[in-house]
Amino acid sequence: MNSWPILTLVVLAPWAGAALLGLRPGLGDRASRWLGLAFSLSTAALGAALLAGFDPARPGLQFVERHAWIRSLNVHYHLGLDGLSLVLVLLTAAVAPAAQLSGWGRAGPARVPTLLLLLLQGAALGVFLAQDFFPWFTCWELSLVPAYFLIRLWGGPGAARAAYQFVIYTIGGSAFLLAGFAALFASTGTFDFGQLAQLGRDGALTEQLGPWGVRAAFAGVLLGLAVKVPLWPFHTWLPPAYAAAPTGTVMLLTGVLSKMGMYGFLRLLWPLFPAQLHAAAPALLALAVAGIVLGAWAALRQEDLRRMLAYSSINHLGYCLAALFAVAAAAGGERPAAEAAAAALAGLVLQLFNHGVTAAALFLGVGILEARAGGRSGLGDFGGLRATAPALAAFAGVAFFASLGLPGLSGFVGEFLIFRGLFGLHPAAAVLALPGLLATAQFLLTAWRRVFHGPVQGAAAGFSPLTAAERSALVLLTVLMILPGVAPGILTSLTHPLVTAWAGHLTP
Amino acid sequence: MMHLPVQLTWLIPTLPAAAAAVIAVVPARRPGLGAGLALAALAGSLILAVLALGGALADPATRLTHTFTWFAVGHGAIRLGWLLDPLGTLLAVMVAAVGLLIFTFSLGYLREDPRAKQFFCFLSLFAGAMLGLLLANSLLLLFVCWELVGLASYLLIGFWFQRPAAAQAARKAFITTRIGDLGLLLGLVWLQDATGTLLLFDGGRGVLEAEALSTLAGATTVGGLAVSTAIGLLLFCGAAGKSGQVPLHVWLPDAMEGPTPVSALIHAATMVAAGVFLVARVFPLLAADLALPLAPVHALSVVAAVGAVTSLFGAAVAVAQDDIKRVLAFSTVSQLGYMMLAAGTGAWTAAIFHLLTHACFKALLFLGAGSVIHATHHEQDIRRLGGLRERLPVTGATFAVGMMALAGVPFLFSGFWSKEAILHAAHGWAVSQLPFLVALAAVALTAFYMTRLLAEVFAGAPRGHGAETAHESPAVMTIPLVVLAIASVSLGFLGTPWWPWLQRTLDPTFKAEAGGAGLMAVSIALVATGILAGWTRYGRHPRSDARAPDPLARSVPRLHGALAARLGCDELYAATLGRLNAALAAAASALDRSVWDGCVRFLARLGVYAGIVSRETDEKALNGGFNAAGDGLRASGRAYARTQTGDAHGYVWMLAAGFVLLALGALLGEAR
Repeated sequence: MNSWPILTLVVLAPWAGAALLGLRPGLGDRASRWLGLAFSLSTAALGAALLAGFDPARPGLQFVERHAWIRSLNVHYHLGLDGLSLVLVLLTAAVAPAAQLSGWGRAGPARVPTLLLLLLQGAALGVFLAQDFFPWFTCWELSLVPAYFLIRLWGGPGAARAAYQFVIYTIGGSAFLLAGFAALFASTGTFDFGQLAQLGRDGALTEQLGPWGVRAAFAGVLLGLAVKVPLWPFHTWLPPAYAAAPTGTVMLLTGVLSKMGMYGFLRLLWPLFPAQLHAAAPALLALAVAGIVLGAWAALRQEDLRRMLAYSSINHLGYCLAALFAVAAAAGGERPAAEAAAAALAGLVLQLFNHGVTAAALFLGVGILEARAGGRSGLGDFGGLRATAPALAAFAGVAFFASLGLPGLSGFVGEFLIFRGLFGLHPAAAVLALPGLLATAQFLLTAWRRVFHGPVQGAAAGFSPLTAAERSALVLLTVLMILPGVAPGILTSLTHPLVTAWAGHLTP
Repeated sequence: MMHLPVQLTWLIPTLPAAAAAVIAVVPARRPGLGAGLALAALAGSLILAVLALGGALADPATRLTHTFTWFAVGHGAIRLGWLLDPLGTLLAVMVAAVGLLIFTFSLGYLREDPRAKQFFCFLSLFAGAMLGLLLANSLLLLFVCWELVGLASYLLIGFWFQRPAAAQAARKAFITTRIGDLGLLLGLVWLQDATGTLLLFDGGRGVLEAEALSTLAGATTVGGLAVSTAIGLLLFCGAAGKSGQVPLHVWLPDAMEGPTPVSALIHAATMVAAGVFLVARVFPLLAADLALPLAPVHALSVVAAVGAVTSLFGAAVAVAQDDIKRVLAFSTVSQLGYMMLAAGTGAWTAAIFHLLTHACFKALLFLGAGSVIHATHHEQDIRRLGGLRERLPVTGATFAVGMMALAGVPFLFSGFWSKEAILHAAHGWAVSQLPFLVALAAVALTAFYMTRLLAEVFAGAPRGHGAETAHESPAVMTIPLVVLAIASVSLGFLGTPWWPWLQRTLDPTFKAEAGGAGLMAVSIALVATGILAGWTRYGRHPRSDARAPDPLARSVPRLHGALAARLGCDELYAATLGRLNAALAAAASALDRSVWDGCVRFLARLGVYAGIVSRETDEKALNGGFNAAGDGLRASGRAYARTQTGDAHGYVWMLAAGFVLLALGALLGEAR
């Protein structure tokens, strides 16, 4: 229907940049960086075109490209975009250039890390756009390769172990996911998300796989996604990986790759296995709430900014998971819950975007600190930074308060909607999750006090001013933390019909 | 007179907020520009607020509302709105007017501070958020502004962030109030869930209108409480945190680490009164359960009880403080308790009356304290002050006016009338006389500690270097004192029993009750006793040097020690809640390190071991797994495997294991 395969361009543009970098081994650092930035910005340019052509009133897929790929396996090259995908493409468009810019101050050759970041970006975009399991899973797994090498080769202390654990753990999860889909394929003969979802809705999957077969397939897919998000207690790979990864990589990991898991929940698990998710939802909701509360409490114990922010990510994505599970648990229930479900799901999508931007900004700030403190990022390594680095303090302050959900900044609207929905669907879960909000404020403000307030000490003395690259990345992310806080409609309008349709499925 | 159209209400909070944004980005080289902009924007807000008040007073019965959609969710939308009614606009005028005086005072107070630009930025942010809070027609918009004033408060308490005490106090304030705010948030989502809206007034569909109120009071929830009671109490949690009510009062005295104009504006006159305002704003909701005589507890009874305890607690602790600002801080706690007590007994108009008079005289007292501190090179310990009457004549005279207003010296001073209205309401409360008696005790204590403060600071001879060399502050600081002193006298006549204009304006159904002369006599006698007791101990024979013990410490050392230590609330919290929180954090962290990480390590080791054992049999296992799922998958599985990392061995093994499990599951499922 479109003359231009624009979604293909979205995915391929960063890879084209990577290929260009790969084919020119002699390329200098400066040229590599500019090239990397330019190609990472391709998503923003194409995203603007998508935004212009996107019809928010239609909940279904748009800009669809569908071609037969491997006929013997009934595999299709099938890309499509709905409001959820669009929001995540826009998120990638913001985070990826910021991640590229974060590496501009780093010593050493720039070509290969730039290349790997572009590969990562393209893989994530492929995940957000693919509508057939084959290309989807290819991109899903492909994202691990650059991430592994980025952590392994350019990471901080403990990188080797962290990278190994990260890859093995997530591949372990993915193996179950693949097995689950293999079982689905064996019985249905299709990899297409839309067709599988239709079968899932009709109950045909249960007929064909048998009740235990479909449960096993559900469990496999669930496990793969749960590790990726991560859902507590499948999260232990995350703090070491986030602690060791180089700044740009961790920005993409937390800003974009962690959204892949949540996206999988919404695109795969929920549509394909509505009944199974409904049955498992109360237990999963308990895990999500545990992640919210225990993630925040564990963050309170950390003595390192990166590890603290890693636990904070577990906490923040816990809200998304809780929203989804509460909605799934309420499906078909007696309470007329469509409004609460719509609020929870709208909040979920907002939270995905907002957490991506905020967490990327926070890690960018940590990277800026490390670049000036010889790689140190301990809470006790600094003091009084607000006096020696007022500009950084201002940017970081916005990110800190956005992260703790201050109204007027992006985090609040998503969390308010999630709590509003959670309360309507499952009041006890909302009440039990509340301490997470308090502990979040506590660890963020404690970290803020120790690093930015008090007398100048440690590595805070003689802090060199922000570079132009750092400043541009921070400005970009800061604007994206303020804008959706004041006018959340710019994001919710993209997903509104979609979310309403999702919520509408609840009431038969 | 011209009135402000309600659609333009947004201008009132936006002017200062926009000023804050502009000040934040103008270069620091032009400090005067920032201050000028802040003052101009607030002056503009004041004019608009006066016009809005005019419109609201012209026809108090109809509420002017303007509602708009923020964004759509599901089949509905999140709607926000503005409301111009006497309550909101009156307080908006007060906030803008007192704010303007305090901004002016700050010009002098922070003249030498290199970060004065930031100070005015934060003050403007505060003013914008506070005005928005007062004029919001939506509890969500109110909450947004509520949190933003909390942010401004955090930034201003920690203005001198390099001082560890200030940094600590800022954090404590934010987190303590956030505890209450979580209750408020829960109340909001409950209200939204139960009524489908957070608009206060919406042509019959708002949460404060009859239909919603009867629904909320009609439904019951856990513990047999009416839903309206439960939501009301949750909203009150937020109010208690913001307004420093026991047990969430601990942040307010520490907030005195901020510059003194901040203490005057935010932590005495305006922000801390936001809790009282919220209670008055949602009063119909809190009172909805009064129609249920069998309810286990009424929301307003809790409000009254908390207020009574707070009023006595604050007054008692203020008696034994030695820091001029801390005396005033605990006095604020106590006075906010009075206001809550009044609202709890049903007299929310009396609470607002006291809120207004208190804002003027407490701002006056704090600015007076600021003038003292400024003049004595940052001396805040009243034991080292003294003898400032001659050295700071304007400050001394105006401070005395403020002291008499706060102590409730009869007839001429505003505090007397507003306090009288509260005592009258407490006396007439049908539920219990206990809050009334508690409030009477607090009246005597208030007169006592304020006499002590006045005597220690201004009477006698200087007891420290700062006091000896003090000079009166410049006119930019003393003129606001004089203006506030005039207001501290005149405001009282807006609500006397003979002409309760204010009460009638706020609540058209208000009926002045006859009687109360006996009550007035009792309270006058108590004030006189307090002042006399204070004067005999501190005024007649002022202490000779800074190290001399307090007369109370000599006569009742243990009581004085306990009060001076603020009755140990901070220590109690640290030993209980603080420790519990730390233990839970440690447990969460330990759970990760030992249990979950241990599981992962165990599985990994198992995988490695199985890998070694099965290396020989790998092919068989693989084939077995693949055969079970069909031939076509083998090709695709291998294709996948090739796309993986070099470490495909373990992966393939796991894949095979997964297939076996699945195949078993499928077989078992079909067998049933």
